[in-house]
Amino acid sequence: MDKVCTANTAIASLESGMTLGIGGWGPRRKPMALIREILRSDLTDLTVVSYGGADVGMLCAAGKLRKLVFAFVSLDFIPLEPYFRQARQNGAIEVMEIDEGLMLLGLRAAAMGVPFIPTSVGLGTDVVLHNPEIQLIDSPYGDDRQWLAMPALELDAALVHVDRADARGVCQIKGPDHYMDDLFVRAAGQSIVSCDQLVDTSFFHTDPEESRYVFWERSCTNRVVPLPYGAHPGSCTPLYGIDIEHFKHYVASAGCESGWQQYYSEFIAIDEAMYLQKVGGPAAINALPLPVY
Amino acid sequence: MTHSPLIDLLICACSRVWADDGEVLASGIGLIPRLAASLAMVRNPDLMMTDSEAYLVSEPVPVGARRGYQPRIETWMGFSRIFDNVWSGARHALVGPVQIDRFGQANISAIGDYAQPKVQMLGMRGFPGNSISHANSFFVPNHNKRVFVAGEVDTVCSIGYNADRLPRGYRFEDIDIRYIVTALCVFDFDPETHQPRLFSLHPGVQVEQVVENTGFEIGTPSQLETTPLPEPEELEILARLDPGELRYGVI
Repeated sequence: MDKVCTANTAIASLESGMTLGIGGWGPRRKPMALIREILRSDLTDLTVVSYGGADVGMLCAAGKLRKLVFAFVSLDFIPLEPYFRQARQNGAIEVMEIDEGLMLLGLRAAAMGVPFIPTSVGLGTDVVLHNPEIQLIDSPYGDDRQWLAMPALELDAALVHVDRADARGVCQIKGPDHYMDDLFVRAAGQSIVSCDQLVDTSFFHTDPEESRYVFWERSCTNRVVPLPYGAHPGSCTPLYGIDIEHFKHYVASAGCESGWQQYYSEFIAIDEAMYLQKVGGPAAINALPLPVY
Repeated sequence: MTHSPLIDLLICACSRVWADDGEVLASGIGLIPRLAASLAMVRNPDLMMTDSEAYLVSEPVPVGARRGYQPRIETWMGFSRIFDNVWSGARHALVGPVQIDRFGQANISAIGDYAQPKVQMLGMRGFPGNSISHANSFFVPNHNKRVFVAGEVDTVCSIGYNADRLPRGYRFEDIDIRYIVTALCVFDFDPETHQPRLFSLHPGVQVEQVVENTGFEIGTPSQLETTPLPEPEELEILARLDPGELRYGVI
């Protein structure tokens, strides 16, 4: 089965009002080229589940979000995401704010096809106060404790970015952490995977070690979108690091009148090939130092 | 960079939050807490630490540029596995909230009305799960009534010793908030009443200063300790852990 398609085709399969899960973590291995394609589309009214970075910020800036399910939104080295802050401080989006681990459990419940997973996480905090959709339950096994029933976070679609994939959807993440990307694709009705490199299946046969970096089976991948440098301006360790200068420019734009419109016309309202030229081209991105934490 | 005795004192005070811990993951979030955890692990190698990215290491990784240093990796510890560790209870985190109240409840999410916050910050991150799963301490580099608030924190990100919010079937003994290290002093919680109290004052600080800058009442034991000055050995270890002296640039 050949699952390769363009970003345009992949994003055209989505509909307004959908719930999307976005892989990666903060500024790390985010499917930013797919996000740019959403920004160019007329999709709107989206619910997004994300360990958020500029993916969430840009969707907020463009008015694409109705609701955000989140535990944080941060650019790591710039702790606060400016467009997310504006959206919250303007009361522009609905939120379901939960613990990072609760998000994991919600995705896992959806992946398992169960309605909830019981946990103590969130008890005694504003997770319970601000999220009426989260219920407290008793154990059927007779302890006297309250449990929080973390509901399944069912996704209409998951968007993730990987280092490389073959046309059948075998996806490899060579960086040190695959984050919750495996849970995102399993929790979703369909998954759209962008990859830095499209490889022949034989790539995985050359060395069995290569298959140790494949975190889900290909039946969990519905579309493969070759998008070199598709995580830029975020990192895709070990291929390239974070474009800190670009993020500074992006953050500064939030402080200017019509800053987002300027950022949009400069970096979004163009095609991906032009975008890559605009940000310095492959040589410049390849030279971005890998982040040291 | 100007050497700051206060910063070294704070790091050493922070490192002592792990003094009585055994084989737990020492997580220090932010430069000072991370250096504190690193210092604690050098003195107690039973502690566990990560490289702040995705691996558990056998000795703390110096902060800043690697300068040729190769982390001594012992196992993979990506984010999904961090939560397995959190929920096992074998962790003691030192984190830096923006607000703390008399119950030990902490906020890093939002200031003001939750529906439309005056100031939106990071979000509650792992605070809810950390606070009900394992030991936690706090580091606050400033000490004033905006941090140590009079009422409840604006967004309760972590569970504290608050009877009104205690889940059914839980006791205060299920919650384990150890120390709060500030620019003026160290707080802990009375093991009987679970009220915050003064544990030690930093050299030269008066009780009145602490009282004036804290929005809630704090217990003051009759015998007040002074936060110990860094030992020469601690300063030597810190010099190795922070060769670029990044610690003097943070406050």
